[in-house]
Amino acid sequence: MPTQPAAPLWGKTMDQNAIQPLLTVRNCRQSYHKEASADLVVLDDVDLTLQEGEIVGLLGRSGSGKSTLLRIVSGLLKPTAGEVKWRGETLHGPAAGVAMVFQSFALFPWLTVQENVELGLEALGVKKHEREERSEEAIDLIGLGGYDGAYPKELSGGMRQRVGLARALVVHPDLLLMDEPFSALDVLTAETLRTDLIDLWMDKKLPVKSVLIVTHNIEEAVLMCDRILVFSSNPGRVAHELTVPFAHPRNRFDPAFRQLVDDIYGIMTRRAPKEVQAAPAVPPTGFATPLHPVGTNLMAGLLETLSSPPYDGRADLPALAAALQYEADELLPLGETLGMLGFAELEEGDLILTETGKRFAEAETEDRKEIFATQLKAHVPLINAIRAVIDQRSNHRASAVRFRDELEDHMSPEYAEETLRTVISWGRYAEIFEYDEEAQQFGLEEEDEEEA
Amino acid sequence: MTNYTPSILAGRRLPNRWDGAALLLVMGLLIALVDVGRGTISTPIAAIQNTTIHLDPSYLPYYALRSTARMFAALFFSLLFTFTYATLAAKSRRAGMVLVPILDILQSVPILGFLTFTTVFFMGLFPGKVMGAELASVFVIFTSQAWNMAFSFYQSLTTLPNDLQEVSRSFRLSPWQKFWRLDVPFAMPGLVWNTMLSMSGGWFFVVASEAVTVGNTTFTLPGIGSYVATALREENLRAIFYAILAMLVVILLYDQLIFRPLVAWSAKFRFETTAAISGPEPWMLKLLRRTQLFREIGETVTGAMRAVFRLRLSFAATRQVDESREPSRAVDALWFTAIALVAAYAGWKIIGFISGTLHWHDLGQAMLMGTFTMLRVTVLMAVAAIIWVPVGVWIGLRPKATRIAQPIAQFLAAFPANLLFPPVVLLIVYYHLSADIWLTPLMLIGTQWYVLFNVIAGAAAFPGDMKEAVANFHIQGWLWWRKVMIPGILPYFITGAITASGGAWNASIVAEVASWGNHTLAAHGLGAYIAEATANGDTARVVLGVAVMATFVITFNRILWRPLYAYATRRTTLG
Ligand SMILES: Nc1ncnc2c1ncn2[C@@H]1O[C@H](COP(=O)(O)OP(=O)(O)OP(=O)(O)O)[C@@H](O)[C@H]1O
Ligand SMILES: [Mg+2]
Repeated sequence: MPTQPAAPLWGKTMDQNAIQPLLTVRNCRQSYHKEASADLVVLDDVDLTLQEGEIVGLLGRSGSGKSTLLRIVSGLLKPTAGEVKWRGETLHGPAAGVAMVFQSFALFPWLTVQENVELGLEALGVKKHEREERSEEAIDLIGLGGYDGAYPKELSGGMRQRVGLARALVVHPDLLLMDEPFSALDVLTAETLRTDLIDLWMDKKLPVKSVLIVTHNIEEAVLMCDRILVFSSNPGRVAHELTVPFAHPRNRFDPAFRQLVDDIYGIMTRRAPKEVQAAPAVPPTGFATPLHPVGTNLMAGLLETLSSPPYDGRADLPALAAALQYEADELLPLGETLGMLGFAELEEGDLILTETGKRFAEAETEDRKEIFATQLKAHVPLINAIRAVIDQRSNHRASAVRFRDELEDHMSPEYAEETLRTVISWGRYAEIFEYDEEAQQFGLEEEDEEEA
Repeated sequence: MTNYTPSILAGRRLPNRWDGAALLLVMGLLIALVDVGRGTISTPIAAIQNTTIHLDPSYLPYYALRSTARMFAALFFSLLFTFTYATLAAKSRRAGMVLVPILDILQSVPILGFLTFTTVFFMGLFPGKVMGAELASVFVIFTSQAWNMAFSFYQSLTTLPNDLQEVSRSFRLSPWQKFWRLDVPFAMPGLVWNTMLSMSGGWFFVVASEAVTVGNTTFTLPGIGSYVATALREENLRAIFYAILAMLVVILLYDQLIFRPLVAWSAKFRFETTAAISGPEPWMLKLLRRTQLFREIGETVTGAMRAVFRLRLSFAATRQVDESREPSRAVDALWFTAIALVAAYAGWKIIGFISGTLHWHDLGQAMLMGTFTMLRVTVLMAVAAIIWVPVGVWIGLRPKATRIAQPIAQFLAAFPANLLFPPVVLLIVYYHLSADIWLTPLMLIGTQWYVLFNVIAGAAAFPGDMKEAVANFHIQGWLWWRKVMIPGILPYFITGAITASGGAWNASIVAEVASWGNHTLAAHGLGAYIAEATANGDTARVVLGVAVMATFVITFNRILWRPLYAYATRRTTLG
């Protein structure tokens, strides 16, 4: 096993490989085989090239396949079709020059900071002395000096992610992969970490040649990246590629910066072209759309805010997010959900209240439930399917398991579970059905049952 | 204290048809063992130099040491088994399909019923040597320890956090490195807890396995168990009290020197992201950590172990996983066929083994006896609940009482109840009491403590804010029990009850027949049925009895405990 030289690689200027890209992904496709229906295509025909010296961002909605692509690039996952080349060679497994940083930090709770950082070196068989030297170096670089002997649970979130970073950097990877590295942190901590990272990168102190970062957060992407790939969903494709022309350090309040952020919001909320909508790949059973777990209280709150001044029915998403103290990426699924239910529309980065949305915002509790029920029945076929099965049965009960199974034909088990939870909470609020947690069964309210 | 799911209830999503196959395989395996054992019986066993057991108490420390050594030898093999069997079951989907149900059956089979055959089997392996008898004893202890440890490890392996697995793969840890860096540490708290349960249960088997009668020869190994057996034969009550005393000391030592430190240490591996407030450090751990000499020894040992764990021991590079590829149907079909064939072969063997000597009415007889024993177990559980739930709740709600009572209950659970049988038997003989009734409590003497300490743990874990809310609404009396406390401790109670009832079934083999000198008392029940068949060398009936008991236990678990536990945990946990 060839180990890398102990001397830091950074600062080394372009060598003879400079013209060769670090990584190329061609015609990459990832699909999951489903018994009952057509294969579930998560990524379709994705191309990606990474050069040395750039930070590239992957931006896209939840479920668009960003993490999947990252796992393919890291050599963890074998794509169904297409080729991945690392330094010109086809990738068969995790490559030596690639290291990952995880959203959940993924630290081993029973190892100290130093032991966590040394993990990758141990796997390489690096000798004790060198291991200690290199981990010390990485720990100091990332601002963790003095915490060597601490356990992860003694650290704050920000410090933990620093450990995650140090652990990746200590192996001196050529490519650093990051999957939403800051989204589990609070706003200020995330900002500090971002700035620190960019500073190190600019000072050429990071022992990496290129960074690929997945994010939900548009501002984060514009703040850090040289190039941004915007993903479309269902199936995931690279829909847009943008170059960020600003020099570091970047200023969030620079009008040009704001403009770019707004543009990307526009791209991400742009409605799909009509012809795609007219010919859906899957029959519109409604099972194919994962639902975001957005609570009814939250929806009501947002609709009320939107209908009252200063918005009066129309709000710019970034501005609204700032006013509500939301991360922009938290607001997007909320807006999407309102859009899906016909309460609002997303248009070029704006959220616009519909007539129904306005009625809802002004109604009393009972009326709200009724409006909500109408919208659910019109826009969420899954609700109708559940109610239909309940009505068919003589005992007015329907097992949740079969719906979960059907959902799993269209999405991963985690998304299926989330979707089912969401539909249960919405259906309960709208009083379309009851749900018995114990028996995992849908049913009707007593009075409904007598009618039916 | 955490409430670990008992291994019997390990919620697995496997269809039940695997149980049938697994039952056949396990019984087939046991019959093969018996067959080999029987083959060796016919050839005269060169008598091992039969150790005489001295009832002089000055021999007791030595005997205690021997018993303890057996226990730890068995523990070593249990760990070895756990690490290999469970790993295979978790890493290979196809292997898991067979291995997991087999493990599930194994933990319901009362191996104690096979004591004679395993002894003969191992004696056959080492004719004329003490080694054979020693191994036979260690094997029996092993069978009382290994299954739940393996189950706990298997469960941990199947719930390994995904991100940590991906870290290990993306940093290209070899399977060996990953095993020691991720698999074992993650499983550690559950494994330590289960090892502790195993050890507690194990003492019972140590005592039972040291004096084994085959035909008219009794093999004795120096140990506390054989000491008691000798005392029984010689009707020496004083010696029995000495033995009990010695056992108390041994268990106290092992508890203080090994388990308390181990449990405290294993808290470090708990998979939680916030630092929990931990209790006081056990004095032994403090000693190990603070004393210069011990610390140096400790560091040398752990350093050497770490160096071994760091070895790659594999040159294959980590490969990508292919999530879009479905497992091959053809290979699956082949595999299923192979299992079905082996199971059918085992079934055929079993029928061949039993049909020569047994008739349908024997099955009826065994089932009837099983029903008697089941009645006993049920009544005992009810009595234990009525007594220990109020006591446990009372203690659990008072932190001070908990701190005193909890370790005592745990300690009592480890005490081998079979040492307490003789005094009870003596009373029954003396007062001419009915064996059917008065032998019954013996089954639960040892295991009732599991109910107590789990209830204490449950009551102690009852959320403080809920207690305040309850007080605020003036909920009292029966309503308080029904709506607040019983639901609150239910999962804990069930955890304890399962361990207790499982132990009771197993103990019935020793508890339904008891002797004092040349008085032998026998109750009606499956345990006595098996014990009697064993005494008569009637292998077919032993197999039948054990199979029926295993079926009873499994049915009990499936029909009663599993749904009850699922109900309790679903109903009483938030979120
Ligand atoms: N094992 C699987 N079986 C079926 N579908 C899967 C599986 N794994 C992932 N998927 C699907 O792949 C899609 C993309 O998932 P992925 O995690 O890559 O999205 P993402 O863009 O990272 O989303 P997020 O922003 O929520 O992290 C999801 O719709 C998911 O349902
Ligand atoms: Mg993701």
